[in-house]
Amino acid sequence: MRTISDWGNYPVIEADVAGFDSVGQLRKQLEDPGELIAFGNGRSYGDASLQKRMVLTRRFSKFLSFDESSGTLCCDSGVLLSEILDVFVPRGWFLPVTPGTKLITVGGAIAADVHGKNHHVDGSFGQHILSMDIMRNDGSIITCSPTVNAEFFKVTVGGMGLTGVILNASFRLKRIETAFIREETVRAANLGEIMDCFEVSVGWTYSVAWIDCLAKGDSMGRSIMMRGEHAQTHELVSPTHKHAPLKVNKGMQLAVPFRFPNFALNPLSMKAFNFAYYNKCRPGTHQHLVDYNSFFYPLDAISNWNRIYGKRGFTQYQFVIPKEAGREGMARILKRITDSGLGSFLAVLKLFGEQDSFMSFPMEGYTLALDFPISQKAMELFKELDAMVADYGGRLYLAKDSRMDAAMFEKTYANADEFRQAVTLLNEGETRFASLQSKRIGITN
Amino acid sequence: MKNVLILGATSDMAQAIAKKYAAEGWSLTLAAIEPELLASIASDLRVRGDVTVDTKTFDATDFENHRAFYESLETRPDAVIAVFGYMSDQEKVRTDIADIRRTIDINFTGMATMLSVIADDFEKRGRGAIAAISSVAGDRGRQSNYIYGSAKAGLTAFLSGLRNRLAKKGVHVMTVKPGFARTKMTENMELPEALTASPEQIADAVFKGLEKKRNVVYTLWMWRYIMLIIRHIPEFIFKKMGM
Ligand SMILES: Cc1cc2nc3c(=O)[nH]c(=O)nc-3n(C[C@H](O)[C@H](O)[C@H](O)COP(=O)(O)OP(=O)(O)OC[C@H]3O[C@@H](n4cnc5c(N)ncnc54)[C@H](O)[C@@H]3O)c2cc1C
Ligand SMILES: NC(=O)c1ccc[n+]([C@@H]2O[C@H](COP(=O)([O-])OP(=O)(O)OC[C@H]3O[C@@H](n4cnc5c(N)ncnc54)[C@H](OP(=O)(O)O)[C@@H]3O)[C@@H](O)[C@H]2O)c1
Repeated sequence: MRTISDWGNYPVIEADVAGFDSVGQLRKQLEDPGELIAFGNGRSYGDASLQKRMVLTRRFSKFLSFDESSGTLCCDSGVLLSEILDVFVPRGWFLPVTPGTKLITVGGAIAADVHGKNHHVDGSFGQHILSMDIMRNDGSIITCSPTVNAEFFKVTVGGMGLTGVILNASFRLKRIETAFIREETVRAANLGEIMDCFEVSVGWTYSVAWIDCLAKGDSMGRSIMMRGEHAQTHELVSPTHKHAPLKVNKGMQLAVPFRFPNFALNPLSMKAFNFAYYNKCRPGTHQHLVDYNSFFYPLDAISNWNRIYGKRGFTQYQFVIPKEAGREGMARILKRITDSGLGSFLAVLKLFGEQDSFMSFPMEGYTLALDFPISQKAMELFKELDAMVADYGGRLYLAKDSRMDAAMFEKTYANADEFRQAVTLLNEGETRFASLQSKRIGITN
Repeated sequence: MKNVLILGATSDMAQAIAKKYAAEGWSLTLAAIEPELLASIASDLRVRGDVTVDTKTFDATDFENHRAFYESLETRPDAVIAVFGYMSDQEKVRTDIADIRRTIDINFTGMATMLSVIADDFEKRGRGAIAAISSVAGDRGRQSNYIYGSAKAGLTAFLSGLRNRLAKKGVHVMTVKPGFARTKMTENMELPEALTASPEQIADAVFKGLEKKRNVVYTLWMWRYIMLIIRHIPEFIFKKMGM
């Protein structure tokens, strides 16, 4: 037994955990009847990978093959995206899709069908999977792809670990000439401006905006957009970079050594941070060359930054609403959030492209993600926000969620019912996959 | 190209150590009991980078065959890192004779026999480096794991003697004492986060330690001081403590 939690440190539970080195060891674990769930690197925020019995996948992390001509990588599910980057960026390859942290496993990337700053161009991670092997609750292994066992594939991508333990996957990396991103930052004075900015930025491969959720009135929604392209060799300027275009320096790794006291983050300190961040960026448009780590993973430079929220923990409220509802909906929801004064520094806005998958979070529209320290007030605010999100035809991201109720899930995920039936069918038998989340939102009982 | 022999190569620490040495451009000989897992570790390393890896089956308790094992190696290593070990739940097995023997055989006897064979060869060649993973558990016997602890204490003493003998012969011997490490050995145990190292941190400490010819390395520096204090608690007080 040990104490364990996902990234938000809420909830924190006691669990029996065991990893595996081989398919045989995992099969043995599954012979033990009862409920269990796979745990990757615990970078989901809530309780999606928590349960009183958990299978740890991190140790199951071998690279199986790489085809240099097509860029096809096959690896075990416990491999971290950071390991893939460490090995393949120097050889001129990059991930097809990456979330805002590289410290997640391939299994977690598929199970949550994660998205990145290029969603409007390249879709979600699951859309790049060529094939994968999954161990079912009875210990059998099923190989699936968009064409082979396609139904099983469909429910497993974005299926939050409820269909089985993903063992390995093949996907194609993309060619890069350099390890650098040509980044452009644009300062937007309010919500209207930033939305305009997204709409004219669809030609960029990567785009995302940091938004100040404490600014009110005319400056509500003031933001900084960051958009980027992989830099080509001829775009590099410094002689060191030109000489070794695929090499990046390790950079400094900072750490938060202990949990901050709860009072360390208060409205004043957050306001000061947001003000400073916004004003650091001068008005107008600016170009920089940055290495891929600073562009994609600024937060990974500070280990355990989640500890600044203290013992009470935190959650991330991430929703998406359809593009048609965008302007009005986003303005109303954002106003409710800024009025509450509860949001904290990390608020991220993005325009998703179209997505047609079974259980995945993205849909064509605007998504906003922001962190909240856990409190009674925040929980009450979420209820109100839920109602608005549902009204606009939007939904919440399961990978970030620790508190949504079954009714909200049911209302907002069009395939909730079909998914539940599939999971029930797949879980027939003595051993069942279920997480605290799947029980809370009524996918499993 | 330099070659490192890793004994107990399927352990989590050893896998991290192998990656570290491969990244530093060494060729590797990986030895462990489990041939299948060993093969998948080797193929993983080959996909990760351009590296020469040999694998060998090795059982730490097959004492009689340690010399034959060493002589069968294709490449004589420049460095040896012995990582294998065994820890059971002492509360459950403290009167289980077979388990007590197993603990001592793997952690102490197997290390002593295998490293003695290697030490002779290194001494003759007048060069080489040996590192073995002992444990802070060997610094003082505590009620919760004194069987494992005493085997590791034996190993620590063995390494100290070996170092003493070989220092004048151009052969370096390093004792590694991890505090807590998050590996399969401790997967389901409550460990204090701030005192727990990752296998990668240990791998870095081993590599750097050997480069710098360190004698005794505590991974996570705090452990040196924690154990200093624990060793200096007077016995009449210590015996009443529940550690
Ligand atoms: C700083 C930060 C930034 C982030 N940014 C983004 C972002 O930009 N876009 C985005 O989409 N997400 C983002 N996330 C969320 C994160 O990418 C997802 O939660 C991801 O699923 C975490 O993967 P993990 O390996 O840590 O898995 P866990 O969090 O441990 O598990 C997540 C889910 O995957 C399942 N799972 C894990 N491994 C397996 C397996 N082998 N087989 C079956 N099921 C499995 C679990 O059961 C669980 O349901 C961010 C998270 C953080 C902390
Ligand atoms: N984890 C900690 O907190 C900690 C702290 C201090 C010291 N240590 C020491 O660190 C070393 C590495 O341990 P670890 O934490 O990485 O755990 P581990 O993964 O359990 O490593 C132990 C390894 O020893 C191998 N082994 C066991 N019996 C063997 C035998 N007869 N012959 C050959 N190999 C054998 C095991 O192989 P199989 O898996 O195939 O059985 C396993 O790979 C050990 O010496 C351990 O005592 C660990």
